[in-house]
Amino acid sequence: MADSTNPQNEKLSSLNTDYAAKYGFHDPVDYFHKGAKGINHGVVEMISRMKKEPKWMAERRHEALDIFLSKPMPLWGNTKLLSEIDLTDIYYFMKPVEEQSKSWDDVPDYIKRTFDRLGIPEAERRFLGGVSAQYESEVVYHSMREELKKQGVIFLDMDSALREQEETVRHYFGTIIPSTDNKFAALNTAAWSGGSFIYIPPGLNVKIPLQAYFRINAENMGQFERTLIIADKGSRIHYIEGCTAPIYSTDSLHAAVVEVIALEGSYIRYTTIQNWSRNVFNLVTKRASAYRNATVEWIDGNIGSRLSMKYPCIQLLGEGAKAEVLSVALAGAGQHQDAGAKVIHAAPNTSSRITSKSISKDDGRASYRGLVKIHKNAVNSKASVQCDALLIGEQARSDTYPTMEIDNDQVRVEHEARVSKVAEEQLFYLTSRGLSEDEARLLIINGFMEPFTKELPMEYAVELNRLIELEMEGNVG
Amino acid sequence: MADRKPLFGFRDIHVEVEGKEVVNGVSLEICPGEIHAIMGPNGSGKSSLSNALMGHPGYAIAKGEAYLDEHNLLKLSADERSRAGLFLAFQYPLAIPGVTVANFMRTAVKSHRGKDADMSDFRKSFFKEMEDLSIDRSFATRYLNEGFSGGEKKRVEILQMAMLNPKIALLDETDSGLDIDALKTVSDGINRFHSDNNGILLVTHYQRLLNYVRPHHVHVMMHGRFVKAGGPDLALQLEEKGYDWIEQEMREEAEA
Repeated sequence: MADSTNPQNEKLSSLNTDYAAKYGFHDPVDYFHKGAKGINHGVVEMISRMKKEPKWMAERRHEALDIFLSKPMPLWGNTKLLSEIDLTDIYYFMKPVEEQSKSWDDVPDYIKRTFDRLGIPEAERRFLGGVSAQYESEVVYHSMREELKKQGVIFLDMDSALREQEETVRHYFGTIIPSTDNKFAALNTAAWSGGSFIYIPPGLNVKIPLQAYFRINAENMGQFERTLIIADKGSRIHYIEGCTAPIYSTDSLHAAVVEVIALEGSYIRYTTIQNWSRNVFNLVTKRASAYRNATVEWIDGNIGSRLSMKYPCIQLLGEGAKAEVLSVALAGAGQHQDAGAKVIHAAPNTSSRITSKSISKDDGRASYRGLVKIHKNAVNSKASVQCDALLIGEQARSDTYPTMEIDNDQVRVEHEARVSKVAEEQLFYLTSRGLSEDEARLLIINGFMEPFTKELPMEYAVELNRLIELEMEGNVG
Repeated sequence: MADRKPLFGFRDIHVEVEGKEVVNGVSLEICPGEIHAIMGPNGSGKSSLSNALMGHPGYAIAKGEAYLDEHNLLKLSADERSRAGLFLAFQYPLAIPGVTVANFMRTAVKSHRGKDADMSDFRKSFFKEMEDLSIDRSFATRYLNEGFSGGEKKRVEILQMAMLNPKIALLDETDSGLDIDALKTVSDGINRFHSDNNGILLVTHYQRLLNYVRPHHVHVMMHGRFVKAGGPDLALQLEEKGYDWIEQEMREEAEA
């Protein structure tokens, strides 16, 4: 094959080289437990037994597995790519170590090195209130600052939460996203392991973010973390998650479920920087309920993965509740980012704003898929949806699938969609000031992303800009 | 103006836009310290000429030569022309959403110097130039040209010129859309920039800018050609009589 003469492939390989150096490495490991591939009631039983779970959870898992097995693959989205996932060729549970560590010194060296390379301990020291580091199926390191503990913040990995906070977990688990919601939510409920549990006590403003980092290391890995966040009345919290994986030629699957509960007057911001390698299918269900005067914000950045299907949802259940979704997708060669948002207005005087920005380059494809539903009782509600797509190159593709269901007429709804190309005139303007064409294009793209990056903590904004730069390198679109 | 060796010049330039020739062979030389003005009615090819000289891909130079110092301009891309010391103040500067004036300016200065400018030096000169051009400091963090008025855009163009300090500045209709105060501020900026070592080419329809920025030479452009040259008086004549009399003169010459 004349691969090396094709600039596309050269570009791709240079990109992979850098991803490989920075994120794409993998550790040779001797896991505490590595089961067989595929999923069935035996595997679910084994997961449950190893976790020494209460019976009700085991029952939930088995019910969910039946739902998963009976539901067909989604018939919408990128069905072609979806059909390529071989669900029998995935490891559904891998336990890297026997015990979770509270100090990095106790984490096995090879895993610690991984997280060092990803900069996690450094970030923890500098600006985080707590860190959870998941490796394959389980959280291997978990820690939170003492002062937050004293103030009553509970930040645990989900497995520990089930042991230590069983009643709360049982009260909320699966109430926002039931197993019947979709095939991959069912799969997660059956095979879940790891993830975060957060509870913020009433009135507490947690000023520094809590972060979870998800790392897939093994080939053909399935990661199914389960996250539950509860902000009690009047509290505030910012949670950040990041994820990467090595590059393999075979597929991995990431199917998380995230349930978020914002009680009266609380504020939750949930930031994701998804940077999976391009052999990962990222099929995630995220949903929040916002009660009276509560605010939920999803800041959702999708850069990696082969196919992402992710539509963070906010249900506005109490009067005056607010929703904000800021979604950014970068679809490079071979990628499809099918991202978007859902907002359900189910109470009066609620407001929502969805801003979606996507960049497609090479043969990458970015889709916005969204729903805004305003129920009959949600009078005086406001909703706005804005989609901006930027195309680079002739093959790049962008689609918009907005749905609006408005059941009362005392509302204000705005929708705006724009598709643009990096204009020759803009490039000329910037190059006439001495910027090379690549620099000019990058500046235009960073500017396009600015509404998103300015919402990130500085360290993440810098990293995101670096990732974009990498993605755009050598591109002469 | 001791040094009479031209700093910048072009010879027999032909410009095509979408296959149609819009500039049909024009020549000019600018010595260090000189200010030239190209005047002409709308559609005479003035803006096409400036865009082509700067290297706009939509304005192809089909024939001719152009140089700046020792550089053969036509062999250089737009960014290389900029770094060689050529500057074009645009008639209609475009908005670049999400890119702040300060960030853009710093990137441009860096590309000229080949390294990141010292932050405190950069800030000092940047804010000084802004102050001189009566641009509020808040513009530093505004997105480039987004939501700027016509006058604000023109002032920011002159700010860019001041920061990049080119050898040759082409100013394309920099006076258009300015009220009298803004015109004065912008003219002052151009005069501050002007020195014995650089050259300016003003491209304009009206002569009112020339009341503030005095050109040494005036060239009249019509139908893609330079049809008349003269001193500053020629601009006054044009202001008084319009362009028709030149057209008339050309016809008479052609008939003779």
